[in-house]
Amino acid sequence: MHAIIDYISSYLTSEKTPGAAGNMFWVLVYIMLVFAGLSVAVIAMNWLERKILAHMQVRLGPMRVGPHGLLQPIADAIKLLLKEDIMPAEADGFVFWMAPLLVVLSAFTVFVVVPFGPTHAITDMNIGILFMLGVSSLSVLGIVMAGWASNSHYPLMGALRSSAQMVSYEIAMGLAVVSVILVTSLHGAGLYGVGGAGAGDGTLSMIGIVRAQQEQGVWFIFKFFPLGLIAFFIFAVSMVAETNRAPFDLAEAESELTAGFHTEYSGFRWSLFFLAEYSAMIAVSSIAVTLWLGGWLRPFPNLLNGDTWDQAFSFIPGITFLFFAAICFYNAVRMPKHPLFRVQTIGLFGFGVVLGLIGLILFIPAVSIRVQDIFWFAAKVSGFMYVYIWFRGTFPRYRFDQLMQLGWKVLLPMGLGVLILTAIFGLWPSIQQLIQRLI
Amino acid sequence: MTDPNTTLAHVDIADLAAHDKTYLDANELVINMGPQHPATHGVLRVILRLDGEKVLGLECVIGYLHRGVEKIGEHRTYTMFNPYVDRMDYVAAVSNGLGYCETVEKLLNVEAPPRAQHVRVILTELNRIASHQLWLGTHALDIGAITPLFYTFRDREEILKIYEKYCGARLTTHAFRIGGLQYETYTGFEKEVKNFLNFFRPKIDEYEELLTTNRIWVERTKNVGAISAEDCIALGVTGPVLRASGVKWDLRKAQPYANYKNFDFDIPIGENGDTYDRYLVRMAEMRQSVRIIEQAVDALPEGPIMAKVPKVMKPPAGEVYHSIEAPKGELGYFIVSDGSTQPYRVRVRPPSFVNLQALDLMCRGELVADVIAVIGTLDIVLGEVDR
Repeated sequence: MHAIIDYISSYLTSEKTPGAAGNMFWVLVYIMLVFAGLSVAVIAMNWLERKILAHMQVRLGPMRVGPHGLLQPIADAIKLLLKEDIMPAEADGFVFWMAPLLVVLSAFTVFVVVPFGPTHAITDMNIGILFMLGVSSLSVLGIVMAGWASNSHYPLMGALRSSAQMVSYEIAMGLAVVSVILVTSLHGAGLYGVGGAGAGDGTLSMIGIVRAQQEQGVWFIFKFFPLGLIAFFIFAVSMVAETNRAPFDLAEAESELTAGFHTEYSGFRWSLFFLAEYSAMIAVSSIAVTLWLGGWLRPFPNLLNGDTWDQAFSFIPGITFLFFAAICFYNAVRMPKHPLFRVQTIGLFGFGVVLGLIGLILFIPAVSIRVQDIFWFAAKVSGFMYVYIWFRGTFPRYRFDQLMQLGWKVLLPMGLGVLILTAIFGLWPSIQQLIQRLI
Repeated sequence: MTDPNTTLAHVDIADLAAHDKTYLDANELVINMGPQHPATHGVLRVILRLDGEKVLGLECVIGYLHRGVEKIGEHRTYTMFNPYVDRMDYVAAVSNGLGYCETVEKLLNVEAPPRAQHVRVILTELNRIASHQLWLGTHALDIGAITPLFYTFRDREEILKIYEKYCGARLTTHAFRIGGLQYETYTGFEKEVKNFLNFFRPKIDEYEELLTTNRIWVERTKNVGAISAEDCIALGVTGPVLRASGVKWDLRKAQPYANYKNFDFDIPIGENGDTYDRYLVRMAEMRQSVRIIEQAVDALPEGPIMAKVPKVMKPPAGEVYHSIEAPKGELGYFIVSDGSTQPYRVRVRPPSFVNLQALDLMCRGELVADVIAVIGTLDIVLGEVDR
């Protein structure tokens, strides 16, 4: 008994992630936490997407189930679970069954290496980013399987489109990532790195990449301005294409292919695809945040440094939640004063109370120190999520050939150019020496 | 008795292949799009022959919304048939009604009084705007831009409100009567129409801001589904599709009906006859409609709203063809009268039906996604195609 408690508590003093420390108990706890957090995020995303899109389109969105439609995702989940599970008679049963599982597995497995904080990751692999890109690209297999196993024309075309699309955009994505990995090898180099300490060891570890940004004192989006920004842009475009979202949602273009690769899926199987799509969005956004936006680091770590600023920034998580709570209270007060709305008003008020309590808990220093990394990470990722929704509300859909053109003729050469220029900038001190020696 | 030799078991595969050239041909994929498909604007069924994503050819199967409107016309009196025409192109019901009323008036040899003519022009042009708004919203939705749909529907609502106030109905209005109007305009009609025009003018700019210079929109529509002026004329294509190909043919100018000759407006035309030009032409037409309505409201004369028309209509035996410029193209009515209270034959020349012929020509060699764009840009209403 004592040994077990020792085993559990021994991790608490560790400065490593549970996976790296080799503590299986905490690994399990973290897996549970990540899974639960992700599910909540997907549910929240479902509601937010509908609401934000609705407000962009001069409508209200869900309003009936719960106050302001807050319970709509739950109602949807129940509906999907209770729906009849239809498998087409001509479908290849096993593959049809496997496809959504594979997609969901690959979407969730990616989160093994996502660093929510310096120690808040399930594990820290030295090949972290490769693992992420590799596993997330496995989902294309599931999509092809789904399209093929349905034994129907529309899913087949959707699957073909999405496989071509995901494979092409992975290349541009990879090039953008490589330029970041090059930059991680410049230690203590600052914004331009010229005259810095020169090249050392780079890293592929997700935590290592954020630490490199901390050490160099600059988020990689601003590194070698505007090279970092261009690399980020390439990644940002590719990641939208990679997750089959508007304006690159050709694989499920409802006006052309009814629903693309998941046309024949219904009920819970369909909801697995849905779950996978949203967790894949969160996954690629986490990569972008880790690689370019400083991961868990708070904004302006150099400009606004010192204990006072640290203290001030540590209040922001609590303040954010109190702000959300205030919105809830405000809307609860604005609710129509009619007996029919009483339950909804109370519900919204209760929701506000829960958010407010979370906010107050976040003001406790012991909590806020441990949680603020996760908060900053989540805030940056939710920024990306908003942009995803914004794209969907704004852009028409690309055509297949135009999509390929953009991938191969624009993003790929741009990625190569950025990679070469980043290498030249990074090695500039050495190149200078070489030139001087030659002259 | 079936011949045992014709059952499948006895047929050699080679024979099948010889009989049907597409058999075992892996290059071709036949896809059945519709009649239940989100982007075929109703119940159009399109059979696509594809090579990968490329369209080798297509065939339209229509008739899923056939209600026998023309046949019904033979069993109703001239007045009773009037509401039926609203149900053909239900998006532009007022235009349909105008065409029918004018045709019967031509047969009866009466003319609606000036005030009625003016109100008719106002309502028909409002209808043209409403029809184009619906086209824009659904067309953009098909191409993937979901937001314009809600903007256009929001603004179309204002037009429908005017209709509702005028005649009680929003969609199938039955706004006109043979010989003029049944209802006098309601109090404040002019003011409300003017308010709408002031409200609507900036909205066209809003739509254009969303789409006209949007890179993806331009890429998706430029050089897509292009059709030449010769092909348009050969196929009988009319309306904005014809004008986008560069032919300045608008029945409001070419053979003025109602009192369009009193109003000053331009006919916007395109150059390339592609989807983008058709988009621009329709956008410009909305602006021109605003111009026409403005002049009509300003010059709205006083006077009677009904011409002298017998209660029981018995037009002299004979036949008449009359056509108007509906939002989608030339809408013609051909009525044969045998001197009785009911028409001997009513034949409608619906623009959507004729324009749909061009679909195959416009889509050949394009991609699947373009088929959707072209169906949207042809602006068909299946109620009118099938009648």
